[in-house]
Amino acid sequence: MAEAAAESTGLASIAKDWSSDVTTFKGVPWGKAMMWIFLLSDTFIFGIFLTSYMTVRATTAEAWPNPSEVFSLTLFGTTVPLLLIAIMTFDLITSSGTMALAVNYGYRRDKKKAVIFMLATAFFGAVFVGMQAFEWYKLISEGVRPWGNPWGAAQFGSCFFMITGFHGLHVSAGVVYLSIISYRVWRGKYDNTNFEIVEITGLYWHFVDLVWVFIFAFFYLW
Amino acid sequence: MAQAEIPYQEAIPLHDPHSWITKYWFSQDHKVIAVQYGITAVAVGLVALVLSWIMRTQIGFPGMFEWITPDIYYQSVTMHGMIMVIYLLTAFLLGSFGNYLVPLMLGARDMVFPFVNMISYHVYFASVIILMLGYWPGMEGPTGAGWTLYPPQAILSGTPGADWGILTMLASLAVFIVAFTMGGLNYITTILQARTRGMTMMRMPLSIWGIGMATVLGLLAFPALFVSAIMMTLDNVLGTSFFMPAISTAGADHEYEGGSPLLFQHLFWFFGHPEVYIVALPAFGVVSDLISVHARKNIFGYRLMVWAIVAIGGLSFIVWAHHMYVAGMHPYFGFFFATTTLIIAVPTAIKVYNWTLTLWRANIRFTVPMLFAIAFVLTFVVGGLTGLFLGNVIVDVPLSDTYFVVAHFHMVMGVAPILVIFGGIYHWYPKITGRMLNDTIGRIHFWITFIGTYAIYFPMHFLAIPRRYYEYNVGESAILTQSMDILNQSITITAYIVGIAQFLFIYNLIVSYRRGREAGDNPWEANSLEWRTPQTPPVHGNWGEQLPTVHRWAYDYSVPGEETDFIPQDVPRKAQA
Repeated sequence: MAEAAAESTGLASIAKDWSSDVTTFKGVPWGKAMMWIFLLSDTFIFGIFLTSYMTVRATTAEAWPNPSEVFSLTLFGTTVPLLLIAIMTFDLITSSGTMALAVNYGYRRDKKKAVIFMLATAFFGAVFVGMQAFEWYKLISEGVRPWGNPWGAAQFGSCFFMITGFHGLHVSAGVVYLSIISYRVWRGKYDNTNFEIVEITGLYWHFVDLVWVFIFAFFYLW
Repeated sequence: MAQAEIPYQEAIPLHDPHSWITKYWFSQDHKVIAVQYGITAVAVGLVALVLSWIMRTQIGFPGMFEWITPDIYYQSVTMHGMIMVIYLLTAFLLGSFGNYLVPLMLGARDMVFPFVNMISYHVYFASVIILMLGYWPGMEGPTGAGWTLYPPQAILSGTPGADWGILTMLASLAVFIVAFTMGGLNYITTILQARTRGMTMMRMPLSIWGIGMATVLGLLAFPALFVSAIMMTLDNVLGTSFFMPAISTAGADHEYEGGSPLLFQHLFWFFGHPEVYIVALPAFGVVSDLISVHARKNIFGYRLMVWAIVAIGGLSFIVWAHHMYVAGMHPYFGFFFATTTLIIAVPTAIKVYNWTLTLWRANIRFTVPMLFAIAFVLTFVVGGLTGLFLGNVIVDVPLSDTYFVVAHFHMVMGVAPILVIFGGIYHWYPKITGRMLNDTIGRIHFWITFIGTYAIYFPMHFLAIPRRYYEYNVGESAILTQSMDILNQSITITAYIVGIAQFLFIYNLIVSYRRGREAGDNPWEANSLEWRTPQTPPVHGNWGEQLPTVHRWAYDYSVPGEETDFIPQDVPRKAQA
């Protein structure tokens, strides 16, 4: 058996494990594997959205509106660029923190705390969607439309509403998803599992959060 | 060693159907879903077949039927292309073969999430209905923009269906992608996480490798089509300018400004080229199994076949712009994409050599599935060789938008995968229904289809006239000679005959369901697990009390020194002497 052992080192052993029978990823529940694959596919959707946005921004002939002026908020007489976006980003990052706590308490089988932190995550998500609605309202009242705006290239509004809208839909779906799963956890549907479902929900939530970081960087900071 | 319980597979009870509706309509059984996918895809494929007749009638006999207006012609061309590529080929190869074969060949009880799988079919069905809404009476009809749907023309007046037709098309595509994603996630997760004992990756039949890799391509390529469908819908409905440059028709300016039509082409072909392999890879896989079973010989170079599938899948993502040589790209781009395109011929050629070497000195049984499999290899070589011409920038430029291209892609990704679908149906029908298809009708169907498709597409290579023309000979500007007209007419008449032969096939499917010869469990004496179910047709749950255990690969045919010329995968190895 010495030969077999010598064969299975380094890369070869990894390949052997992955291609072994029954499961490729040992101990990974079906739902978790499926969520990871779905997120890979969804990454391509957002990647293509952002690439398209960069392409039209580069090809359009007119000047692009200055994001730090467009997205500024005037409070008590001082204009702060990107203030609302900073708060929204902070809110979403916080929700990732509470989600991580929920996953941890889930694996400790502390159902009560897991549910509380999942609901807290859903709450922060709902707050995010609310702030986004306010941002849309503000921009629409200033005259930004999908087909044009007062400051420059029409594609600014098109990309803004399309990409933040698509992301907002993901967040809203996440809030619904979190609420359903926390209800089911509370009712004891997953009592004879390890509460992987909390982690699976968390994967989706962290993904939505991560996508926001990219939208923030490419749309608001550029 | 005691066999450990496979996690999840054996712990979770299946949802047994209790009524007719949950058994045949809202079924969670992967086998029923596969048949549902198959019937829907064939039905919509027949629509596309009739549309091709309309189109060929106009080309062969222009002016013979008044009702074939330019609008009808372009709508038929567009719908024929889109239905065949997406709603027939993709849906059949992945939805039907994928659903039927993945759990059975891997020794699983069902897909990992049967409920999601059920929803997948019904969403696909909805996408077909939405597509057909394009023909809603009183509306202007479906889009006639060509299956590539290039803006700006696709959404400007002048193109048929620029308001209603394009919207139903884009909505239908988006819904189809949702359906495919649900199905595709299931196939991949099942392949990765739900194989039976002993079914290592390198013991999987090549059908599974092909279907699995094609699904990966689908999950990564369809997002590009999804996003471009959303953007084009916004361009059309809200008046955004993602794909629309400043443009004026008949002296009047449109509202659009500053968009990039080239962006759509990039997005479309970033989906569109992998799509070719989404169709081809399952066909590669299935045909490898058909050839090996009916040649009574193990597949030549199994490992290389697997790596060729993986390599083709990877390369298919970096060749898309070879569809855009005449679109005005930077020449260096053309150079890059020509290089990658020609590199893809290497793994593909490896596969063709391996099929040929599998046939070499084999004990070939010329059954109907085998005839279709051999026909596939021949057709694929013919279609693939013209691809080498089209992959080179300098040769492609004069050939662009001619019937040479039409001949190429029909041979390589139209006829070839369809031949595999036929072969696969003849091969697995006995497992699905428990009865054999009629052999004589099958042979008639094969020869008409095989010779007929050559009679249709082979002359098109020489008939190098521009494609997508409604009429070639208009008064003084007639561009076709009489011999070309005769060629066009003969192609059209052959297309009628080949089309009618397909109804023979459907007749065979229906009649053999009741009257076919009893098949038994393993009529082809094949090795892979789907032929080892306790019942034929397999019942819900597939395997009875215990899942099978796999001891060998799927290709132990004609092993020297053995009593039978086939050793199924679940037969234990003899103890080493």
